[in-house]
This record gives sequence, structure tokens and C-alpha cells, in this order.
Amino acid sequence: MAGTAVLGRLTWLVAEVVEGHTETPRVRTLVLDVPGWHTHRAGQHVDVRLTAEDGYQAERSYSIASAPGEPPALTVERLDDGEVSPYLVNEAAPGDRFELRGPIGGYFVWEAEGADDPLLLVAGGSGIVPFRSMLRHRAEAGSTVPTKLLYSSRTFDDLIYRDELDELAGRDDSLEVVETLTRVQPPGWTGRSGRVDSDLLREVAFPPEREPRVYVCGPTNFAEAVAEGLVGLGHRPERIRIERFGGT
Amino acid sequence: MKRLDGNSIAGVLEGLFGRDMTLATGRCTHCGAENEVGALHVYRAAGIVVRCPSCEAILIRIVEAGDRTWIDFRGLSTVEL
Amino acid sequence: MGIVSRGFRGRGHSDDSGRLPPGQYLTTDFPVLSAGPTPHTPLDEWTFAIQGGAEPVRWTWDEFRALPTETVTKDIHCVTKWSKFDTEWEGVSIDTLLESVDHDRAYAVAFSDGGYTTNLPVEDLTDGKAWVAFAYGGEPLDPEHGGPARLLVPHLYFWKSAKWVRGLSLRDEDEPGFWETNGYHNYGDPWREQRYWGD
Repeated sequence: MAGTAVLGRLTWLVAEVVEGHTETPRVRTLVLDVPGWHTHRAGQHVDVRLTAEDGYQAERSYSIASAPGEPPALTVERLDDGEVSPYLVNEAAPGDRFELRGPIGGYFVWEAEGADDPLLLVAGGSGIVPFRSMLRHRAEAGSTVPTKLLYSSRTFDDLIYRDELDELAGRDDSLEVVETLTRVQPPGWTGRSGRVDSDLLREVAFPPEREPRVYVCGPTNFAEAVAEGLVGLGHRPERIRIERFGGT
Repeated sequence: MKRLDGNSIAGVLEGLFGRDMTLATGRCTHCGAENEVGALHVYRAAGIVVRCPSCEAILIRIVEAGDRTWIDFRGLSTVEL
Repeated sequence: MGIVSRGFRGRGHSDDSGRLPPGQYLTTDFPVLSAGPTPHTPLDEWTFAIQGGAEPVRWTWDEFRALPTETVTKDIHCVTKWSKFDTEWEGVSIDTLLESVDHDRAYAVAFSDGGYTTNLPVEDLTDGKAWVAFAYGGEPLDPEHGGPARLLVPHLYFWKSAKWVRGLSLRDEDEPGFWETNGYHNYGDPWREQRYWGD
């Protein structure tokens, strides 16, 4: 498989933090330098492993936020009861290092080349991260496949990549971004409100007859409910790919 | 109950098999459902348990010891890579 | 050991008290690790059975809860390297349950809703070493943690403390269970670090 062919077994590499950007109060993007890094495909992820001085180790997976060809970057949401995310969001500074394995995954991948089918992306919370990689890749490839992103967030301030998504959609008629805020909507909010349910999906998604390729990413309950909703609307299960995010 | 999917063990499987396994398809020996590894239900207990998304029958069990790994595929028949 | 990440301190801590078995880290939370979906057997359908004695013996939930109970405080050790000190449980001692069973078997297999099994020598279940626990920290045992009742065998790695336990099958021969047939040690003594086959 082009892009994931490796000469040997997948091994742990050393990632060094080059810079960090705050995306939202709880979310940070880390741009990394990873000697030995192999170009990734949009939608892939990495496994991150942290080791403490006493040998204690913790390992988590994070979607790659950058587009293929860009330096590897991770966008991490700090979870309240998290173990790795608080370190990556609040502690890791330029020069700090941790272990990383990847790029990984062939299932939850989208490639512009040869893609003709409409593309529907449904994200819950930090589930937006792999879609940022896909959309940046799509823009760089000059793809005009009809694309819709439905992005569910608790509040306006929790929307990750807000400006970038506005900008991508603003200059591209073939890309539509619909945001829904589930908990609080700010004054003057012109987007949607409430959870992603069958009604919202029916309204926003491509009709099943268009046979879109669908990617759903977010916490398990969200991803499963959305997939179920789409199947209920007539989308074929085999056209839908889910990536469930775990906690901590 | 926290469940993830085959994407969450993609690194483990690639480390074992030397290639991405998330697009490999297998048939559940219990109910016959065929799914790509990326779509399977994954639970983390003392080891990793992979279950059929249709019937929750156990397809794969993985125990990692650091220098050794045990993997039982008995719940899967006919894996296509 | 991997490269150390400056400033990373995980949930697991070292401990000098001598209560931590080799290779373990102390945690203050209670990780939920499950091999499958959480079963939900209604209490009016729940039974606990002991098979393999002269006659099979079975208790309904009400019968089980009418048995004498004990409250114990124990350290627990998971093979995934976390340990938790001073966990408080309430349950029925296996000794109490075995009083109703006429047997001379050497081995047991604990079986649970959802199909999980784990094997132990009978002598690791007796003499105050094991319980069927229905409460943790003074509260009814949460389904995520094995409620309504789980086996509690704190002197062995915690995979032996089968969640959602529904009975014991007593037998003459040892029969490795769910994890014991897939790499985990047949006995599982944390103090001898018996995590895997061959340890």
C-alpha cells in the first residue's frame, strides 16, 4: 500500500516538540520534528508513549492534524481525568521529547487522488482533528469533490480550527462547513444548535442516493449514534467509516 | 463501558504483522458477519479483546508482554489481506 | 525503557512502603478494564451456582444476600501494572458458600456473565482468601466494576477476581481460563511477578 509501506516493523521513533499553538482553552497543537518520519496519509494517527523517571509508561493514540507532506503535528484535547493529554497540552515545551509510533492506519484514510464520490465528514469535539488533515490535503490537491463537514462542539470557544475552517469553506464553493453547538450558543450565532441527530443529518448530509463516502470521528457514543442515524436515513453501512476516540 | 475500534490497535497489529491490518477483512465464526479490522469493536481488559460489531462474539485476543505477544484469532475465519 | 519525557508524571506512582509488588505502580483511581460489553442481568434472574460437588448448589440474589457477610480492606494488583491500596469490599466469603457444598475437588473455574472464565486452585479460594463481593467503598458494586457481584481474590493478580461472576465449577483437573489460555500466567502471584507464561 503506497504511503504505508515500511521497510521493517513499525518502531518507536523519538519526537521532539518544535512549537506549540493554543487552539482553544483546552486544546493545543504540537508541531513535531521526528527523525525517521515517513510521510503520512490524511486521517492516519500516531501512538504516543510517555515514560516517567521511575519507568512508569502511558500510551495513547492521536490523529495527525497536519496534511500529508507537512511536518507531523498533533492536536490534543486536555481531558479532565487524563494522563497523557494534560502533559501534552500543559507541560510539553519546545525541546521536550517523547516516543511516537506511526503513521498508522489505512482504514480511516481519505486520498484526493481518484476520489470522485461526495465526501461527508461528521466530527464530534476533538474528532475534528483527522478531518483537518483531510481538508488541508483536499485543498492542497485542488480537489473539488462536493464535501460537507458537520462539526459538533459543546460551545463556540471549543470549536477547534474555527478560523481555518471558515477560510477553507469561504474560498471553496465545493466545501460546506456546518457547525452545531450542543451546550451554549453565543449571541448572534448563525450556526446550528443541539446534538447531531437524525433530523440534522437528514438536513445537512448528502442524500443517500448521492452515495457519499462518510467518515465519522469522535467519542464512541457520538460516533456510534451518528453512524446509526445515517444508516437509518438510508446510507449503506459499508460507505461509512468510524473512528472512535477513547477518553484520557 | 468503553469500547473503541480496530483503529485503536492498528499500531499493535502493524508492529506484529509488518503492515497495516486495518483494511484486512475477516469473517466472524459465530455469526458470519464480514468486517474490516478497522470496524471491529475493541475492548481493553487485562489484554486486548476484539469483538464482532454485529454479535459481540470474540474474534481476537491479544496479550502483550513487552518482549512476547500472544494472539488468538480463533473467532475469525478467512482473513483477507 | 523508553526515553524519559521531562516533566511527565503519570497516574502511577512508586511507593516505598513495601506493599507494592514488583513492577507495580500505585494509583488512586480505579481504572475500568473490561473484555466486553457490560452485562446487565436483572437481580430476579441472577443466581450463583457451585457445580462439581456431590450436588449442584445455587443461590438466588435474595438467598445470597441473606448469607453472612464480611467487610474487608485489601490491596489489589492488576497485571497491567496498577495497584490500589486499602480497597474496601463487602461480600460473602467463599468459605461460607462452600459450607453448603460436599466436595473434594482441587481446582475451580469461576465463570461469569459474558463468558469470561478464570481458574484457581480451590485452596486459593478458602481460608479467608476469597469472597463474592457485592459492595465496594460502602456502595453497591457498580456494573462497570463487576456489579452486581464479582469474585474477589486479592492475593492474586486482579484478572482472577472475575467480574459479573455467576458461579464456580469445581473439578479434579485444572482448566486454564480466558486469559490463562492466552499468555497470562496460570497462577498469577503478584509477589513473584507471575504475569505471563513462563514467568
